[in-house]
Amino acid sequence: MQTALVFSRFERFWHWSQALLIIGLMITGFEIHGTYQWLGFEQASSLHKTMAWTLIVLWVFAIFWHLTTGQWRQYVPTGQNLLAVVRYYTVGIFQKDVPHPYKKTVRAKHNPLQRLAYLGFKLLISPLIWITGLLYMYYNDWPALGLGGLPLGTVAFLHTLAAFAMLVFFIGHVYMAAFTGHPWYSYLKGMITGYEEVEE
Amino acid sequence: MCHESSGMLRRAMMLLGLLLAASFAVSPATAAQDVVAKAAKAQSTADHSKFKELQGPFANGPEVTKACLACHTEAAKQLHKTTHWKWEFYNELTNQKLGKKTVINNFCVAVSTNWPRCTSCHIGYGWKDDKFDLTSEQNVDCLVCHETTGTYKKFPAGAGHPVYEEKEFPPGSGKKWLPPDLVKVAQSVGKTSRRNCGACHFFGGGGDAVKHGDLDSTMTNPNIELDVHMDAKGLNFSCAECHTTGSHEVTGSRYATKAVDKNGIDVPGRTDDTRATCESCHGLTPHEKDAKLNDHTDRVACQSCHIPEFARGGRPTKMLWDWSTAGKLDEKGKPVIKKTADGKENAYDGMKGDFRWEENVVPEYRWFNGVIKYTLMGEKIDDSGGVVPINRLDGSASDPDSRIWPFKRMEGKQPYDKKHKVLTVPHVFGQDEAAFWKTYDWPKALKVGMQSVGLDFSGEYGFVETEYWWPITHMVAPKEKAVACDGCHSRDGRLAKVGGFYMPGRDSFPWLDKIGWALVLLTLAGVLGHGLLRLVLSGRKG
Repeated sequence: MQTALVFSRFERFWHWSQALLIIGLMITGFEIHGTYQWLGFEQASSLHKTMAWTLIVLWVFAIFWHLTTGQWRQYVPTGQNLLAVVRYYTVGIFQKDVPHPYKKTVRAKHNPLQRLAYLGFKLLISPLIWITGLLYMYYNDWPALGLGGLPLGTVAFLHTLAAFAMLVFFIGHVYMAAFTGHPWYSYLKGMITGYEEVEE
Repeated sequence: MCHESSGMLRRAMMLLGLLLAASFAVSPATAAQDVVAKAAKAQSTADHSKFKELQGPFANGPEVTKACLACHTEAAKQLHKTTHWKWEFYNELTNQKLGKKTVINNFCVAVSTNWPRCTSCHIGYGWKDDKFDLTSEQNVDCLVCHETTGTYKKFPAGAGHPVYEEKEFPPGSGKKWLPPDLVKVAQSVGKTSRRNCGACHFFGGGGDAVKHGDLDSTMTNPNIELDVHMDAKGLNFSCAECHTTGSHEVTGSRYATKAVDKNGIDVPGRTDDTRATCESCHGLTPHEKDAKLNDHTDRVACQSCHIPEFARGGRPTKMLWDWSTAGKLDEKGKPVIKKTADGKENAYDGMKGDFRWEENVVPEYRWFNGVIKYTLMGEKIDDSGGVVPINRLDGSASDPDSRIWPFKRMEGKQPYDKKHKVLTVPHVFGQDEAAFWKTYDWPKALKVGMQSVGLDFSGEYGFVETEYWWPITHMVAPKEKAVACDGCHSRDGRLAKVGGFYMPGRDSFPWLDKIGWALVLLTLAGVLGHGLLRLVLSGRKG
């Protein structure tokens, strides 16, 4: 075991700014949805739009970063060890001195369960929320785009669906990533400092 | 080469600098235009007080008209063609003959047999029965629209005439009506003002603010809060500023409302030369700061956001008129009067029945494409318990020419023929035994009323609930007071009842929300349980 820089400066910047933006988007988004009233529709939708564009710009950089650094390989799914990890989180974690079955390295820093979760986030939830969100934003241009027959309700439905999926992911992720290390905050600390204990 | 090009560069920079400086200072050309514009503030080239034709004396209104027509030779002929004169309007879209002469409403119900009272708002003299000569030039009233003294008033029961000798109205009220100085009035003529138009249009339905809701006497001299365009200390628009006229025909009739003006800003020669829509001056995408607002103009009428409430000037408007309770008299035989709580209006009037008055009224909103169909005289109604529409609005979310419009929904309860199932025309006003306000005898009043329009009255009458939709388009508030986003984008907002489309903030898929929140709660419970269990187990073993 050794300490190594696992999360580069950009990756951490991306992660935390994305986290803040997603929290903001969820708060304003559910207000726009009519779940509660706090900021008012006008401010909520204006902030929602600004944060959405900011997140899109951030993602453009992040995609570029993933492609140029080859970090996208961290998310290639694998079945190897997947069951062992699942068994750890459902059984082993409650027992004393059962070690995490996955041995983290700099080149493969996510366990199989993480890979699946983050891949789902990146390839299912996010694209769905963005495509429907952008359509929502450009509602008035649908006829010009040849989408005149598309009902707004359908787009709104899918956007809301994706938002719920995002919230479920968010809760699960925050718990798993911030509270299940050894000590409990070790993953969180890694995401802040960038350094973690890894296998050689 | 190098030297030459740097010289050119310097000259170009100087030119640029000059241009910049010029754009900050007022350029001579613009200043000159401003001076011309100031001088061009319209002043008439004719001082009517100097005309020998107008030196009088005049015994009555028609004599004044005769003098007017001596110079304005075509004026009466033009007026004879207008809705203002004919009280008749043919709507090509619905193939219906409308106009005051023809329609039934849920205020005083109908004109027929009540002529002299109703025609006190006709732009003519002497329409006291159905034999009025609509070709008479001398009977056109020029003064009511063009006099500027404010002293000329048509007598409420004078069939369009002012009083020529002192009279009291209402009888026994002690309110004296004095004859106007017709010479002074005739010499004062000028362009129409808000007061001229308002003399009738502010008092429709029998009194101030009764009918429209967005037109009442407070609009004579409104402040900017009440109407940004007519603000007496600001833009000070007259009615005709928007209701442009040609040959005395006034544009912008409610009978054929333009729900959307796709011409946009009116350019002389290119468009229809009427300014009776918001778009005529503001165009179709008027919001400069927030482009998202422009995304609404393809579905929402300007008025829906910019007239947040009507009857804002301090005069309540009538929202309900229940004729069924009319006829209660006191021990002296006089109609019973009950005041509203604020004392401004009558909550009950023995002559007319029960009223509901409201101020600062939030409009009702409906899809509307400008087509309004009326329930006409003799048309069968459904009296099975629902509300009978006096008029019906056409339009829907799926119609690209429809916009969401604000309306005053006037509620009524009025007499109808139970057997023939038609709305009835009551003979209300008059000194004869059949007049309702004389004997308070419905069967007699309805019989004479129906006879006058050539319809049979079975003798069986009842009262039916009616509704009448009035498009709201005046009392435009300052933009800061416009309806905010969540006025509509909220669960129980202004558009809660307007269907046919999905609106963020108002609409949702309840089952998606249920499943979504259930999953969220399950996840939350899952991680909390997981964490708690870890905590408990680690504590026990540790």
